[in-house]
Amino acid sequence: MYSNKVLDHGTPARSAPTTVSLQIDGATVTVPAGTSLMRAAVEAGVKVPKLCATDSLEAFGSCRLCVVEVEGRKGFPASCTTPCENGMKVKTQTPKVAALRRNVMELYISDHPLDCLTCPANGNCELQDMAGVVGLREVRYGYQGDNHLQAPKDTSNPYFTFDPSKCIVCSRCVRACEEVQGTFALTVQGRGFESKIASGPTDFLNSECVSCGACVQACPTATLMEKSIAEQGQPDHAVVTTCAYCGVGCAFRAEMKGNEVVRMVPHKDGKANHGHSCVKGRFAWGYATHPDRVKKPMIRARITDPWREVTWDEAFAHAASEIKRIQAKYGRTSVGGITSSRCSNEETFLVQKLVRAGFGNNNVDTCARVCHSPTGYGLKQTLGESAGTQDFDSVDETDCVIVIGANPTDGHPVFASRMKRRLRGTATEPGAGLIVIDPRRIDLVRTPHVEAGFHLQLKPGTNVAVLNALAHVVVTEGLAREDYVRERCDLAEYEKWKAFVSLPKNSPEALEAATGVPAAQIRGAARLFAAAPNGAIYYGLGVTEHSQGSTTVMAIANLAMVTGNIGRPGVGVNPLRGQNNVQGSCDMGSFPHELPGYRHVGDAATRELFQKAWGRPIDDEPGLRIPNMFDAAVDGSFKALYVQGEDIAQSDPDTAHVQHALESLECLIVQDIFLNETAKYAHVFFPGSSFLEKDGTFTNAERRISPVRKVMPPLAGLADWEVTVAFAKALGYSMHYDHPAQIMDEIARLTPTFTGVSYAKLDRLGSIQWPCNADAPEGTPYMHAKQFVRGKGRFFLTEYVETPERTTRQFPLLLTTGRILSQYNVGAQTRRTHNTVWHDADVLEIHAHDAEQRGIRDGDLVSLQSRKGATTLRAVVTERMQPGVVYTTFHHPESGVNVVTTENSDWATNCPEYKVTAVQVVPHAKKSEWQEQFGRFSDTQVGLVPKTAVRGESR
Amino acid sequence: MDGPKLVRMANQIATFFATEPVRALAVEGVAGHLKRFWEPRMRRELLAMHAAGPVPGLHELVAEALRTQRAQLEPAARG
Ligand code: SF4
Ligand code: SF4
Ligand code: SF4
Ligand code: FES
Repeated sequence: MYSNKVLDHGTPARSAPTTVSLQIDGATVTVPAGTSLMRAAVEAGVKVPKLCATDSLEAFGSCRLCVVEVEGRKGFPASCTTPCENGMKVKTQTPKVAALRRNVMELYISDHPLDCLTCPANGNCELQDMAGVVGLREVRYGYQGDNHLQAPKDTSNPYFTFDPSKCIVCSRCVRACEEVQGTFALTVQGRGFESKIASGPTDFLNSECVSCGACVQACPTATLMEKSIAEQGQPDHAVVTTCAYCGVGCAFRAEMKGNEVVRMVPHKDGKANHGHSCVKGRFAWGYATHPDRVKKPMIRARITDPWREVTWDEAFAHAASEIKRIQAKYGRTSVGGITSSRCSNEETFLVQKLVRAGFGNNNVDTCARVCHSPTGYGLKQTLGESAGTQDFDSVDETDCVIVIGANPTDGHPVFASRMKRRLRGTATEPGAGLIVIDPRRIDLVRTPHVEAGFHLQLKPGTNVAVLNALAHVVVTEGLAREDYVRERCDLAEYEKWKAFVSLPKNSPEALEAATGVPAAQIRGAARLFAAAPNGAIYYGLGVTEHSQGSTTVMAIANLAMVTGNIGRPGVGVNPLRGQNNVQGSCDMGSFPHELPGYRHVGDAATRELFQKAWGRPIDDEPGLRIPNMFDAAVDGSFKALYVQGEDIAQSDPDTAHVQHALESLECLIVQDIFLNETAKYAHVFFPGSSFLEKDGTFTNAERRISPVRKVMPPLAGLADWEVTVAFAKALGYSMHYDHPAQIMDEIARLTPTFTGVSYAKLDRLGSIQWPCNADAPEGTPYMHAKQFVRGKGRFFLTEYVETPERTTRQFPLLLTTGRILSQYNVGAQTRRTHNTVWHDADVLEIHAHDAEQRGIRDGDLVSLQSRKGATTLRAVVTERMQPGVVYTTFHHPESGVNVVTTENSDWATNCPEYKVTAVQVVPHAKKSEWQEQFGRFSDTQVGLVPKTAVRGESR
Repeated sequence: MDGPKLVRMANQIATFFATEPVRALAVEGVAGHLKRFWEPRMRRELLAMHAAGPVPGLHELVAEALRTQRAQLEPAARG
């Protein structure tokens, strides 16, 4: 029978350089110094009974079930807390320890309900197992005395229950919440028999709990239990796959019952997450089978027409004939495609191949345009490769962290837990220093046992000024690592840069007025960072989504180089990627100017390589980027668009302009699992497949390529890659693959950084960090080891330029936008899960001072207005904001936040400036005009979809 | 394409390269960026605007790039 029990070593692995040898039940075993007897025993093939120990947590030694005998020693030490010593002779099974264990078990069981047969954990309960292992046959103490059997169950969390009557107070949950997650939401209250587990003074839902699931996973009993297991029963098999939400790219075991997912459990061997998860990947997968899924292809002539359900073949033929008609009428470059970071590498690769070879132009882009395109540009220019330099594990070796424009505890929760662990330090090693550069007081600034040394609370839009000021201090106070720079960087450019940042105008004092950050704080932060043996910079969209996004990325690279912080573990420039496959979609050539592997279309040799492989000419001119496509559509020179997995109508800024552009198209083809906002403007709809319904790979923020595995058949019959292949064929361009593995083989053949990648190797290694080729057959955890990819690292002059978006009398506040933990991007997935209990609408965060001035109270409806448009949201009055700055998210289409954002964009990449918009906020209890219109339009559009297409019944 | 928007975008590029002390490098930087990242119809339109007479508000580095690097920036005529 299938067992979902993964081998548990009882205590964490140790990595000491020295080893010790000992005997366990007569067998000799050698382990790293510091390893527990319990873990050594497992290595020797002996499982010592245990309850309070598990290998994700430090041993605690409370249950006393794991006692053993050690020759020549008195008493019965707990094997989980006793470290191995050379020459020890350990016996794990003797009559005495057996008796002791039975006694322990008897006490536990006497206060435990004996409803095993109907318990949801039946068959997967460690208490039950241990009762069997220790041979418990009778319980002498009855239930007459005091017990906890009537304790009420807490079902407040939408995904798991807490049933204290089954709790054995082993504290695994408490320790998991502290050590693994770093939230400290649980405590043991009381002592002895009175002791119990509590989520603070309230229930789970209202506590500090972030629903990461670590406690549920650690719990050896049914006390903390997934509701899905209680409802659906224990799984019958499991498949290892990768989370389809954020750029951390956690590995999961999809636990299945036939074709049904019953639970997603973070995979212990997952190299990005090491067995941890967040609420999205762990619990919010129900959207995949949500009744809103569109399961039939549909077409229509005009967007005011009802959709007509058609066969796949009809849909392909229709879409292809439209593309051909439009190209014949308006020219080869009047059509294009957009792919998404939510798609797999293989899917993205095919979309750009379809556009370049099938459409015959380079009008292909991906949603990284609106998030991390400046990362690609900035890091390529300075370091030579468009990717982050480190793996996540690197943070364990860092001494000082800068977090700029990122909110890891919400956006990259599993990595944030990892980072917080390093920031807290251990009993023997102090935590790393922390500098947060953010207009908001993000949670990381102060969380349990973590406090930022500096929070540079800058005004939105002044990142470059702050980074220049930090560099100014490093250079002018003689803190630069000139030895490193001399060895690795272009010296002439360095000297030029040094002269530039040393200018008085770049001093913290001179920039104080612009940035709003006291000069002394900048000086302190620069000294702290420069003094750290290993300093690492982590950044997010608060860096890129600005008119100076690319300049900021370059300034970050400059700062890392001048402090000698690239090219070894513990350091680096680390872009935290928003969505699951941002890195991958960029790697796969989905930018209009670059073929896979970041090679410019103007490069004849690269073009030649692809032309040979694909049998079609490749245009040598760059294509349109997403915002350019919109402009060209409004202009009338761009008429058809194929959009796979992306919701531009909701996620892109300046909604009115985007809507106008979409309405101007003669043929919009949307491929998605839901009728998303963009699909409401479409003429052809290809139903997509969720990450559970196809094979492929995602590449996370650390360049780690991880397998995505099919666990159920595609609900609409075809996987997304099959759709692109069939669409291309209908267009007269044939590409043939039997399996996505062959697409990866083609990528490997054509891309120097991928030559060593194959599905077979991924199966063997679990995941691979590119570059993976002859030089690095098993991949590359950190880059630029001996020298920079571009040869010499290049410093760029990064003049601070104020954003054109200025506050005025009419619009005196600055709006900045972001994300929250429980929702994901446009929310199409997470809004269709119970995650809405934490966030059922976007809200506007506003400082108490600004609120009071405007007569706004917490919870009031307010109108948020910019020169572009207005929308109505609920206000949350908070001290997290600085006066003059307001904040919101765009997880819900009806909140229309992008109605307010502007057309401003990064100078180099056109990445939109989501982070700075001049606005006014006024009390206003009515929906905005846009919202009214949107509501009507949206309802009409949903009404145009035949019911059978959504339910997926055959006609 | 939206002419004034193209001008704004080109000016932003020029502002970045303007810090470069060697003027020829700055002009080359602007021209190279337009060539590598701007789709032909965008370049064509900017060139046409510039050819038709002085463009109000156009950054001088862009103007110089359009003037001196025309050959590089002019997209090849193709279908
Ligand atoms: S809830 Fe589970 S993990 Fe926590 S103390 Fe009780 S039995 Fe142990
Ligand atoms: S779900 Fe996570 S955050 Fe919540 S109590 Fe458990 S470990 Fe802590
Ligand atoms: S959303 Fe991100 S952090 Fe959460 S489980 Fe998925 S990959 Fe991991
Ligand atoms: S497992 Fe060792 S004391 Fe509980």
